[in-house]
Amino acid sequence: MEELFKLVPLVVFLPVIGLLVNIIFGGRMGEKAIGAVASAASGLAFVVSILLGIALWTGHGEAHVVPFADWIKIGTLDIPWNFRVDTLSVTMMLAVSCVGTLIHIYAIGYMHEDVRFKKDEKRYRRFFVFMNLFIAMMMILVSGDSYLMLFVGWEGVGLCSFLLIGFWYDMDTLGRPSWANANAAKKAFITNRIGDFGFLLAGMAMFWYFGSVQFGEVFGIAEQIAAAQPGVIVAITLFMLIGVAGKSAQIPLYVWLPDAMAGPTPVSALIHAATMVTAGVYLVARSWPLYSLVPNAQYIVAMVGAVTALFAATIAVGQYDIKKVLAYSTISQLGFMVAAVGMGAYVAGMFHLVTHAFFKALLFLSAGSVILGLERGHHHLAHHDSHQEGHKGHEDVFDPGDMRNMGGLRKRMPVTFWLYLIGTLALAGIFPFAGFWSKDEILLDARLHYPGVYWLLTIAAFFTAFYMGRQIWMVFFGKPRHEAAAHAQESKPIITAPLMVLAALSILGGALNLPFEGFHNLTHWLEHTIEGVEGLPLNWGVAGLSTLLALIAIFISWLIYGRKPLETGQKDPLKKPLGFIFTGMENKWFVDEGYQAVFLKPYTAISRFLAEVVDWRFWHDWFHEKVIAGTYNWLSNNVLSLAIDTRGIDAFFNGLGALVKQAAVGLRRIQNGFVRSYALAVLLGVVVMLGYLLLK
Amino acid sequence: MVPVTYYLALSAILFTMGALGVLIRRNALIIFMSVELMLNAANLAFVAFTRTFEILDGQVFVFFVMAVAAAEVAVGLALIVAIFRSKRSIDVDQMSSLKG
Repeated sequence: MEELFKLVPLVVFLPVIGLLVNIIFGGRMGEKAIGAVASAASGLAFVVSILLGIALWTGHGEAHVVPFADWIKIGTLDIPWNFRVDTLSVTMMLAVSCVGTLIHIYAIGYMHEDVRFKKDEKRYRRFFVFMNLFIAMMMILVSGDSYLMLFVGWEGVGLCSFLLIGFWYDMDTLGRPSWANANAAKKAFITNRIGDFGFLLAGMAMFWYFGSVQFGEVFGIAEQIAAAQPGVIVAITLFMLIGVAGKSAQIPLYVWLPDAMAGPTPVSALIHAATMVTAGVYLVARSWPLYSLVPNAQYIVAMVGAVTALFAATIAVGQYDIKKVLAYSTISQLGFMVAAVGMGAYVAGMFHLVTHAFFKALLFLSAGSVILGLERGHHHLAHHDSHQEGHKGHEDVFDPGDMRNMGGLRKRMPVTFWLYLIGTLALAGIFPFAGFWSKDEILLDARLHYPGVYWLLTIAAFFTAFYMGRQIWMVFFGKPRHEAAAHAQESKPIITAPLMVLAALSILGGALNLPFEGFHNLTHWLEHTIEGVEGLPLNWGVAGLSTLLALIAIFISWLIYGRKPLETGQKDPLKKPLGFIFTGMENKWFVDEGYQAVFLKPYTAISRFLAEVVDWRFWHDWFHEKVIAGTYNWLSNNVLSLAIDTRGIDAFFNGLGALVKQAAVGLRRIQNGFVRSYALAVLLGVVVMLGYLLLK
Repeated sequence: MVPVTYYLALSAILFTMGALGVLIRRNALIIFMSVELMLNAANLAFVAFTRTFEILDGQVFVFFVMAVAAAEVAVGLALIVAIFRSKRSIDVDQMSSLKG
């Protein structure tokens, strides 16, 4: 079994092989083969992860560090690329590769249609190359044995996120030519960069004070450092929190995630819901020996998570785009996870991470199926019309992701409806779906340690159930509000099959960590890596309250949206009673506008000032052109060229030439060709020399 | 015995006459003869010194000079013949094509 640990580099290199195959041979392979190669690469990584899990299981969960390669070796600094196989990293590997593989399979069908709707079939291959690259990077992130290796993966997934958000970089989400998607990609990348800066500072501080970035060494001396310089750990953990806020979309850096929905739906599901955004949660869980030393920092992390959870949940209520609702829901759920790991409830956080990966991937992929269904309906109509009334078709702008265009899809897309419903119930935390168990574990931990966090999260859970209910009523019930919805078509099995697996996982995922005596499987599993975690028994009060609130929320959503379905063109029924509050929710509490006004406008103004006045007018026009170039030109023209070169050096050598010439003209007279005169010269010379010698 | 000064004086006179002949005369053959005169003036000085200081070096040098003069005559006469063939004259004043 020990040998199995040596397989761990494969979790990174199998996807790399997959993407290389697709890069090199993809052009001749055809869509199905490309998708199959990419899915197989991801699937094999999943198999390897399972083998690693088995190896750990039989080895009683003892962590293994598998040396792989030397990386940085400068003087005493030695950072190798080692793989760390412990229960925490294997949990992440399993979640990433399991969900990743299912989404790869789904994407075979989804991208097949998407590239046709967007009319660029060549990008099909590129998509799978990026997806494989993402899996490889995510694996580097979770399997690295040092903060630096983790950072490599951290940046790598950020790059993949950028590439995939901007996948349709030359159009907006509706396929019209524009740079909207590219801007969304840039927004994600730059916002993440702010967080990465925090992470970098944490890493530098760590290297400075700990002398190492290896997990083992850092955690080994953390207590000594904490005793000697308590501020250091606080600083490192808080800098890390900035990184977490960037990557895991927490306040104040969450703004990129809703815009990231510009990417194709499988990307939203895989990267911006199930895996990449949980990297921050993983980072905090991985750094538990540091966070456990500083309760104040833990409290801040927990509050950031809790406030994010509630804040994003309120925004989700006012959204109309089916994916935007899910995006804010993701931010909210990430808030739950961050709050959990901040409270020290690492197992609860990881549990929710895994179950959330299942049901949020399910929801996103189902939403993708809905969008495809509407696009098919729209396409069908446009095609139909062009036969009957020539080119006079529908309005040009049709948003297949707008819930106001949907309605009544339950009958047109029954499979998708049921899948979506399962995801919704799991997200809302209804017994016995996966979300119920994981969310209640977080709530219970919060109840015991941080009452403030508990109430924030409970209210957030209420909102969660409400906006998901709203979505279900708006999308699947009532009457179609657009002809495209009326003609929507169900998706093919290649799309729905992975969803069924995810749905099964969303139902059964709670079994990972049932809060009963003799279970607590995930707790016992992670116990080998994270010390001091305890499996709490089910608290009927907490579980009952949250379930009751969820049911009430769904009931209210039925009262508002289900009982009397929205009509075409009708405003949201919440708009009137809530007034400006709903306007705030609808407009994301104007956070983007606020950032625009507070940071971006001054920033652009300063940049413009620096560029136009300081750089161009001062440095370029004045300093470079006038001072440097002017002085230089004057010096070279007047002094060097004219005075020194022309009048000095040139004159000297010209004079020399003239002198030689004159001398030659004079001397040639002597050269008269008469032997006698030469002989006379010789004679005179001899006489002179002899005379000199004699008279000396 | 005739003092060495007389020999040297004669040698100087002969040398001067030779030098003047080289400088003044136009006929290449005469110039040639003048050169011989200068060489033999030197020879005379050599033998005079030999007798005075009673060492044989001067005699040896005279033989060298005579050998060199003979070689020179051979080359010089050949040159003069060649010049005469091309120019039909051995007037050195007409040979000034190396004029600068």
